[in-house]
Amino acid sequence: MDGLLFWHRFQFGFTATFHYLFPQLTMGLALMIVIFKGLALARGEERYNEAARFWIRIFGLTFGVGVVTGIPLEFQFGTNWARFSRDAGGVIGQTLAMEGMFAFFLESTFLGLLVWGERRLGPKLHAATALALFLGSWLSGFFIVATNAFMQHPVGHRVLADGSLQLVDFWAFLMNPWGLVQYAHTMTGAVVTGSFVVAAVGAFWTLQGVHAAQARLYLKAGVIAGFLGACAAAFPTGDLNGKQVARHQPVALAAMEGRWKSGRYAEVNLIGQPDVARQRLDNPVRLPGVLSFIAYGSFSSDVKGLEDFPKDTWPTELELLYYGFHIMVGLGTLFIGLMGLGALLLRGGRLERARPLLWCIMLAFPFPFIANSAGWMVAELGRQPWTVFGLLRTSAGTSALVHPGQTVFTILGFAGLYLVLGLLYLFLVSREVAHGPKGH
Amino acid sequence: MEMLWFWMVSVVVALYAVMDGFDFGAGALHLFVARTDTERREVLGAIGPLWDGNEVWLLAGGGLLFLGFPRVLAAGFSGFYLAMFMVIWTLILRGISIEFRSHVSDRLWRAFWDGGFALSSTLMPVLLGAALGNVVRGVPLDGSGFFNIPLFTHWGVGNPVGILDWYTLLTGLLVLATLTAHGALFLAWKTTGAVHRRCLAAARPLWAVVAVIALLATFATARVNPDVYARLPHAPLAWAGMALFLAGLGTVAAGLWKGRPLLAFLGSGAFIVGILAATAACVWPVMLRSTIDPAFSLSALNANAGSYGMRSGLVWWALAFPVVIAYFAMLFRIHRGKVRAAGDGEGY
Ligand code: HDD
Ligand code: HEM
Ligand code: HEM
Repeated sequence: MDGLLFWHRFQFGFTATFHYLFPQLTMGLALMIVIFKGLALARGEERYNEAARFWIRIFGLTFGVGVVTGIPLEFQFGTNWARFSRDAGGVIGQTLAMEGMFAFFLESTFLGLLVWGERRLGPKLHAATALALFLGSWLSGFFIVATNAFMQHPVGHRVLADGSLQLVDFWAFLMNPWGLVQYAHTMTGAVVTGSFVVAAVGAFWTLQGVHAAQARLYLKAGVIAGFLGACAAAFPTGDLNGKQVARHQPVALAAMEGRWKSGRYAEVNLIGQPDVARQRLDNPVRLPGVLSFIAYGSFSSDVKGLEDFPKDTWPTELELLYYGFHIMVGLGTLFIGLMGLGALLLRGGRLERARPLLWCIMLAFPFPFIANSAGWMVAELGRQPWTVFGLLRTSAGTSALVHPGQTVFTILGFAGLYLVLGLLYLFLVSREVAHGPKGH
Repeated sequence: MEMLWFWMVSVVVALYAVMDGFDFGAGALHLFVARTDTERREVLGAIGPLWDGNEVWLLAGGGLLFLGFPRVLAAGFSGFYLAMFMVIWTLILRGISIEFRSHVSDRLWRAFWDGGFALSSTLMPVLLGAALGNVVRGVPLDGSGFFNIPLFTHWGVGNPVGILDWYTLLTGLLVLATLTAHGALFLAWKTTGAVHRRCLAAARPLWAVVAVIALLATFATARVNPDVYARLPHAPLAWAGMALFLAGLGTVAAGLWKGRPLLAFLGSGAFIVGILAATAACVWPVMLRSTIDPAFSLSALNANAGSYGMRSGLVWWALAFPVVIAYFAMLFRIHRGKVRAAGDGEGY
């Protein structure tokens, strides 16, 4: 791969991964806040409002960073992927522009009201504001995933003589079946992140022995939502995603599982390190037949290996792709176990006394961020070497006149800026957690 | 259809300039017009609930450009690569300066973010103005439909062109002066006491500067891109735009004279919209002018996304636009009247 292509990819991947650390939390927290506000209305208890207030403060901080890191992505379609933008902009521009008009305005309008309007709006309107914000953030997730879905599985378009794409069916494009499945899975991933963070703060305060009532509430809400979310991430949404990849991007599936040879009774590799030069997997621990079952619903189905596809359509970073997939699925399985155990102990308040488990829940909060980032690596690396699968090659999508020196410079700028931004964010969130539910 | 889309993009860009413009103006001025922490919080309270929504107009405009004229977006964004990232980084600094400032009540912490807010709000208008100048002057588009220009080559406007030269610097200063004056009027409208007085006092000289630079820029444009005025006789909308910006200027003067800041602020909004509308009407249909050969210019006619996509976009946009306007009406209504500085730890 030439340097130019590498640096453009590196920059986009780095800034997108960093951005998504924040929206996954805001989308998850938005749901938790709606739940707290709903309970406050239904049961009329102040502790739910107090919980909502605390998480709205965290939401506000996270949203701020999400906004400033999202803007660079929007710009980078044009700055770094000019030929891709020229050829596909008329199609994917639809959903990107819709995201601004339908989602971002909604979010920015109602966030201010949610943060400062509690007294002025009264309980019902304030709860409605939380709902509006939830809608806005989940809508923005929908539009961005719909955009990505076109790149994974293009529909509703036509290819013109000069190679550019033109929209011909708006609804087919917007309701891309790939996108609906991907959206369901992405949102469950966000719920997992949000609920793990809520549960972790609850566990932390419980272990410290402070703010007992709020801590218990966070633990309970976080563990229940986390368990449901983790289950839904694996089944049905993760499973559907896998089947969809098997059907439409079989070459990506083969790479995700490190499978070079085709054959029936295809195995899942629990452990193993791909050796790309020799085209095999080192130290494998296998479950035969399971991959066939996951992909096609029967243990004896034939699952194609990479050897059956032309080499110039193989994903380019096989190792990362393989590990990304295994990290996501491995963590997803652990999440179900951890939160399942927590949910079992909720009865009779045993969880609050189970200190080892509380330690695990407290320390588990970074892992959903890792699982989500790994999942996106899988989706984005599995799409290679295409930017629009089967239609536009990534190497033909760069800004050809921007040279590597410029890109390296901007990458270094982002690296420094995002390091500072991340540290400041962590500092401010830690202060909020240290101050407790009542704030300053 | 192409013309409608050209005007939709122009309208959204103008809305961005007017709306986020007063945020930038407030930021550029606040070190001077608000001296104590309470006064600074008054300024932040005035723009606090609005700036994020205002900024979305930029994304909305970018989205429309992407959808309607992908070739223009692709050429422009990659061609101004480094300048684009300056815009992005400046927006990041502005956003976090507002967001992070009031979370910690330490004096140095706040002074730092106040500085960041002022710096970014001063830089952004210059960058936006230079961008406008580049669009009017033209860029070295060749047959490939792309270009990439350095930040600076020489002060002249001829080839090889750079992003900054005497003309784009002039338009940068014009936008800086305009938005600062615009922001002064907004703050004068929303605040009381010392901030209010200082803003009104600053507005008069600022508007005098704006009028002088605007006059200079009008003549300069004739030298840099004569095509602009050649179109004037055939562009009724350009006359309307000019009438609007003159009327705006008059309203600003009247508002300042009578001591009615809201009237003056509306006038400055009209002034900004008028200038941009007149410019858009004069360059139509060209969106990116080639300094190499007019045949290479990207225009609304040769660089659009095709009629089906533009038609679908029009349908949902026409549905969404009134809703967005309603959000803003609601926001302005809820936050009507003069602001007070928010209490410590509460809001901005
Ligand atoms: C907490 C987050 C999380 C968890 C626990 C899981 N996933 Fe996931 N996964 C994501 C978060 C995620 C994601 C970040 O949201 C992705 C990226 C793109 C997408 O659609 O969702 C993703 C992508 C993704 C893809 C790739 C889709 C593509 O190539 O476009 C597959 C096949 C799966 N997932 C399957 C699974 C399975 C079988 C899981 C079982 C445990 C699982 N995921 C758990
Ligand atoms: C937030 C989650 C996301 C992450 C972590 C992510 C990550 C990445 C990574 C790592 C790359 C580089 C891949 C490579 O070139 O090998 C990439 C490329 C890219 N992604 Fe994403 N991505 C995300 C979401 C999206 C979405 C939602 C879109 C579309 C709207 C998108 C559009 C692109 C484009 C245009 C490229 C460059 C072209 C290409 O490499 O194919 N990404 N992304
Ligand atoms: C790589 C493609 C992406 C682009 C171009 C992008 C663009 C943006 C932009 C411009 C903003 C700022 C909005 C504002 O000013 O209010 C933003 C925020 C947001 N983005 Fe992204 N984004 C990308 C990936 C994603 C993904 C994959 C998701 C989720 C599925 C997502 C969800 C959100 C949400 C919910 C927000 C609201 C701000 C927040 O809650 O932090 N984005 N995004």
